[in-house]
Amino acid sequence: MATIEVSGKSYETDEEGYLVNLAEWNEEVGSYLATTENVEMTDQHWEVINFLRDYYNEFQIAPAVRVLTKAIGKKLGPEKGTSQYLYDLFPYGPAKQACKIAGLPKPTGCV
Amino acid sequence: MLHIVNKSSLERNTLDSCLRVANGGAILLIEDAVYAATRGNEAEGKLRDALARFKIYVLGPDLDARGMGDRVMEGVSTVDYGGFVDLVAEHKNCQSWL
Amino acid sequence: MSEGAIKKFMFVNRKAPYGTIYALESLEVVLITAAFDQDVSLVFMDDGVFQLKKGQQTKGIENKNFSPTYRALDGYDIEKLYVEAEALAARGLTEDDLLVDVTVMSRAELGALMDEMDVVLSF
Repeated sequence: MATIEVSGKSYETDEEGYLVNLAEWNEEVGSYLATTENVEMTDQHWEVINFLRDYYNEFQIAPAVRVLTKAIGKKLGPEKGTSQYLYDLFPYGPAKQACKIAGLPKPTGCV
Repeated sequence: MLHIVNKSSLERNTLDSCLRVANGGAILLIEDAVYAATRGNEAEGKLRDALARFKIYVLGPDLDARGMGDRVMEGVSTVDYGGFVDLVAEHKNCQSWL
Repeated sequence: MSEGAIKKFMFVNRKAPYGTIYALESLEVVLITAAFDQDVSLVFMDDGVFQLKKGQQTKGIENKNFSPTYRALDGYDIEKLYVEAEALAARGLTEDDLLVDVTVMSRAELGALMDEMDVVLSF
């Protein structure tokens, strides 16, 4: 176990930096996690993060990239439902990197 | 004696063994055994017969986890974890049928 | 897997959720398998039909409620869900008690379907 500190409050993370308690997440924590991934957050990034959090709340899993891509295309428009778009936002993998920033566990099957 | 059963009666024969051997007292159904005390389950008839010989309890949190909290059969009492502890304390001995 | 070799996979789920780890393990393997674009069918028989029961609330047992995840299967292109009719009847359940759309089948029909598979994994 490790901890991160954001605005004077500490949060538990696992050894790879994923937040342990999903319920503790807020935008400030998300922004902090983004800096650890060297991701500069924009509205487009937040749109994906919020989508992921909604998806997790509904289905209790983080989606596989293929599923995320398809679902984003359906919800936010086909121009955003491509892996190119998502990899541009999250170069080290939308599922892995975006899930971390969103405070979700690593997607099932993602090594 | 308090008999604790934790396996589904449609998958294992622990509830049957318990009902065959035990001489009365109380039965507490926990974990997958809670299904036996729900309306429409095949075990409903044999549990109804058993109510003549035993007090039968079922653990509420295990029912709720399985989405069965609203269909406990008549005559069976739902208890919470505190009630579980009380049952163990009230009886001079207990047997967990594994 | 070699190109074009799509196999028919069947996951047979026979255990109630939470009492054992089988239901959750099966679900995780199914989600991983979805990445390989195979022809996947899920069967829920015996106590396995309880996995799909609506209204599961696991707070009291401090377990993760994984039942909402069955609703995500559609998004993973896993659309063939079969439920044993006799198992539902023996448990006082009907199709309306289930949290996803399924095809209810008799044991005999399930047996025939099983024969058509290339790989059957049992949980």
